[in-house]
Amino acid sequence: MKHLIQKGWRPTAVLILLFVLWELASRLFAIPVWLLPAPSDIWLEAINGWEQYNQHILSTILLSITGFTIGSSVGLLVAVALHLLPNVREAVYPLMILSQNIPIIVLAPLLVIWFGFGWLPKLIVIILVCFFPIAVSTMDGFRQTDRELMHYMKMAGATNGQIFRKVEWPQAIPSIFSGLKIAATYSVMGAVISEWLGANKGIGVYMTLASSSFRTDRVFVAIVLIMTMSLLFFGVITQLEKRTTKWKQEEDESHG
Amino acid sequence: MAKLSIEQLEKSFDGQHILENLSFKVDEGEFVSILGPSGSGKSTLFHLIGGLYTPDAGNIILDGKTINGKKGSISYMPQSHALLPWRTILENVMLGGEIAGKKDTKRAQEMIEKAGLTGYEHAYPSQLSGGMKQRVSFIRSLLSPQHLICLDEPFSALDEFTRLEMQHWLLSIWEKHKRSILFVTHNIEEALYLSDRIIILSNKPASVQKEIILPFSRPRQEDIMLTEQFLQYKRDIYRALKFMN
Ligand SMILES: Nc1ncnc2c1ncn2[C@@H]1O[C@H](COP(=O)(O)OP(=O)(O)OP(=O)(O)O)[C@@H](O)[C@H]1O
Ligand SMILES: [Mg+2]
Repeated sequence: MKHLIQKGWRPTAVLILLFVLWELASRLFAIPVWLLPAPSDIWLEAINGWEQYNQHILSTILLSITGFTIGSSVGLLVAVALHLLPNVREAVYPLMILSQNIPIIVLAPLLVIWFGFGWLPKLIVIILVCFFPIAVSTMDGFRQTDRELMHYMKMAGATNGQIFRKVEWPQAIPSIFSGLKIAATYSVMGAVISEWLGANKGIGVYMTLASSSFRTDRVFVAIVLIMTMSLLFFGVITQLEKRTTKWKQEEDESHG
Repeated sequence: MAKLSIEQLEKSFDGQHILENLSFKVDEGEFVSILGPSGSGKSTLFHLIGGLYTPDAGNIILDGKTINGKKGSISYMPQSHALLPWRTILENVMLGGEIAGKKDTKRAQEMIEKAGLTGYEHAYPSQLSGGMKQRVSFIRSLLSPQHLICLDEPFSALDEFTRLEMQHWLLSIWEKHKRSILFVTHNIEEALYLSDRIIILSNKPASVQKEIILPFSRPRQEDIMLTEQFLQYKRDIYRALKFMN
């Protein structure tokens, strides 16, 4: 906690300063609320509009978590399978990297054409955005083995299964967590984007409704909600990581 | 019967001859050092004994059985400590037994104690100094079920003080357990101080250039390093190595 205050007070101060400047600017230049609402306007809407948006939050959270869980599981499974089948990996891995360069936005309309407006295309969008970071970082984690360590394991008579369980898997865990953290933020983004395409509930819907009726303050509320969700999600995974990789923290501490 | 016999071993990598007609023996309970210049193929020899590669020709015989290309027959301590960073010291030390399917927590705890690492059972390797890590790695090989221990330059990364201390410690532990040890080094004094016998390898391709049986009694006293006899051996070996280059 002390650590957090020590490290966090500078950025917090800058953030507060920015909000104060923003507030002053909107009052001083009388910027219309539909163009750029002041922080105080956004704050008021966030409090008074609870009735308007609370129904949307749960829907987006559920969608993100479901997509994240399925996407991460599939990513992990595929990474393990490809790792254990090196020939298949060599054929597939470059394609995976290539496919990561397709922006999800361009895929979304296609998914709507194929699967309609139900929950399935939305889930697929999230699964896709979560799948790649986890699959790629897990596979990288598996391959960072130390040569002497592998020699030791093999000469001690370890089977491939033992090498996987005792060396490759535990060593990949920090990489898996970095993949999970990326996927967590992506999953919220994926959920919102998929809701833009057509849904009757969700932060994405709330956002499109707000922007089409020039309720810019609500758009900002939506942005704050999305950020909060991503951060919460990220925080939960970071906590999990801390618990699982105690040894890594000791290592970081003793290396400065 | 010899514990380990190496018979006319040959190995090449990419057309480069590394080991040529290499033969020697290690007896039960004997401490044999292999001395050779850097890059002469000492680690390769261990990798062959450990079954990581198969020899191009020749045989590796352990307890009367040919073990060419067979893994899991020796206990090995690599050049770097090769501890698993995510395991505690206690868990690391038991790795060899675990792979073979026999874990013995009580014995592991005892050995940790004997190594002067009490209190570090649940620490991670990153919290230990270089010398301590090397000790843990050595205990791991002692606790492995295989009888022959192969140590690949275990102390080469340590400073002179720690190195002396570790050599002394190694002898005190070994003199109690009397396992057969094959010890690779390029430090002449270390080989003289520790071994019953020294095998000097020639430079590329490596074969046995000279074999020296040492007369020093056991338990070894540290002050033998200052005797005239010790220095005489050191000079002989130095010349033999020098002559090769
Ligand atoms: N798997 C391999 N493939 C190709 N060449 C190899 C392989 N392993 C070892 N070599 C080569 O064999 C030679 C001997 O290497 P080795 O590691 O056995 O030497 P060493 O005597 O242990 O040296 P050092 O004292 O530096 O540890 C080197 O030239 C090395 O490049
Ligand atoms: Mg070597």
